[in-house]
Amino acid sequence: MAEKIATRQAYGDALAEFGVDEKIVVFDADLSKSTKTANFQKKFPERFFNMGIAEANMMCAAAGMSTCGKTVFASTFAIFAAGRACEQVRNSICYPNLNVKIGATHAGVSIGEDGASHQMLEDIANMRAMPNMTIISPADAVETRLAVKASIEHKGPVYLRLGRLNVPVIFDETYEFVIGKGVEIKSGTDLTIIATGLLVHEAIAAHGILAEKGIKARIVNMPTIKPIDEDIIVKAAKETGVIVTAEEHNIMGGLGSAVCEVVAEKYPVPVLRIGTKDKFGKSGKPELLLKEYGLTAEDIVRKAEEAIKLK
Amino acid sequence: MDKKTLLELKKKAVRTRKHILDEVYAAQSGHPGGSLSATEIFTYLFQHEMRIDPANPKWEDRDRFVLSKGHCAPGLYAALAIRGFFPEEDLKGFRSIDSYLQGHPSMKDVPGVDMSTGSLGQGISTAVGMALAGKLDKKDYRVFALLGDGEIQEGQVWEAFMSAAHYKLDNLTAFLDHNGLQIDGNISDVMCPEDVVEKFRAFCWNVIDIDGHDWEAIEAAVEEAKATKGRPTVIVLKTIKGKGVSYMEGVAGWHGMAPDEELYKKAIAELDEAMASLEV
Repeated sequence: MAEKIATRQAYGDALAEFGVDEKIVVFDADLSKSTKTANFQKKFPERFFNMGIAEANMMCAAAGMSTCGKTVFASTFAIFAAGRACEQVRNSICYPNLNVKIGATHAGVSIGEDGASHQMLEDIANMRAMPNMTIISPADAVETRLAVKASIEHKGPVYLRLGRLNVPVIFDETYEFVIGKGVEIKSGTDLTIIATGLLVHEAIAAHGILAEKGIKARIVNMPTIKPIDEDIIVKAAKETGVIVTAEEHNIMGGLGSAVCEVVAEKYPVPVLRIGTKDKFGKSGKPELLLKEYGLTAEDIVRKAEEAIKLK
Repeated sequence: MDKKTLLELKKKAVRTRKHILDEVYAAQSGHPGGSLSATEIFTYLFQHEMRIDPANPKWEDRDRFVLSKGHCAPGLYAALAIRGFFPEEDLKGFRSIDSYLQGHPSMKDVPGVDMSTGSLGQGISTAVGMALAGKLDKKDYRVFALLGDGEIQEGQVWEAFMSAAHYKLDNLTAFLDHNGLQIDGNISDVMCPEDVVEKFRAFCWNVIDIDGHDWEAIEAAVEEAKATKGRPTVIVLKTIKGKGVSYMEGVAGWHGMAPDEELYKKAIAELDEAMASLEV
């Protein structure tokens, strides 16, 4: 069985690794042990600033510091980063196109027991609507590390969507990550499943189950939600005729919506979406929640079979 | 400050006020009241105090200024133009579609603007970030931020004040334009933020309470702020909203309203008179 590492863990480790670059500064809002920025703090205490439980101030202070030549990572839970501090991100970071990277951990229902108040399911929608913002939703630890590296190299705001749950490591050291590029990880011609984050692993599992049923599903990992890789979506629409999207986010405004926008304008084919159905989360064990909210390999298989009938 | 310098500053303040009127009249929108109440501090900082270079607006070692009450862009733009960041004749394009002078300060569009502001409460936080960067890099630049007294009703302002004191940002000086009025009326009627001096003290800042139209008091306060170590300073400027234009003084309605032709001409006549009295 594959090793399991939470993407938040890989994020903290990557900050500690790439933090040798003296331009990098990390802010946190009293959650450094949970967001794992404490790993950076341990190594580079002089460039770590705890801003306390005050996310609005943290985002704007990060913006101000970035104007002085720093690459600032501002970390907190996704609910606070893209929720509470949403307008600060818009006006003080995106509007002036500043070099602030938002490390938003604890996205989705898979945080488990903390429940709905902390389960961010609307962040991609909020962040996607903001000009200048880049959104990356890594699937595993390897991709997270590369996404952090790419974020440092990219000039401008980046929203990194990270999870609390330990998830299987999918990719090996040969994996290449480029902002704005999707990756075909399984070939197939009957349909395409486009997944992001935690759901990539589920999509790979679904690929196996579908194969046993004689259905050849193409699996596309879509780590960058914005800018979305239009080419890989159009290619999938042309070559497989139907698409299923899968994400741990509201079906409104996230990956599914982004794919639908491209397909509707460039090459219309049916698109079915897996995601939370305009509902809040609730408390429970992560695995049980993923099941209850329809975010498992089995759910993807059912949706895929439904999708093929639409061809 | 010697007499000659003082006289020059007074003249530049009148020039700033005339530009504010020109900008708002040409645009037929914008915020004259709070721009006029803050004219002395705009003038003192940009024409006398700040280490800035109009030929190199992004100079790394420059002093920074954040207009946290971003709606007073007319005052900031006038100060920047007089300082030489862009031509004074461009000011009449304020708020128009073919001008770079956005309704609220935009750092990507306007030379000399260090931070895009307009959404109240956010500017002071960005100034905290700049001051923190200065400390980290062991640079000697100073960061100035101007807030409105209505603006401090925003909770984020107090997050920013808490963090500036926590990190002992003595390179940061905030100014409160305490003119007592906001759009909907007296600040104490809308949502009383008093006692502002005691509140700032309780947040562990060095607080200096002065007449915001008194040049010598401004100079002394800024010098005290620069000499104060280990904590940030806030200078509470007791001011008159609409200062310098008789019919605007102390009237909340002129927070965000442009004068018609008749009132514009009256304002300009008053300011010309003020200038003439300085030139005697």
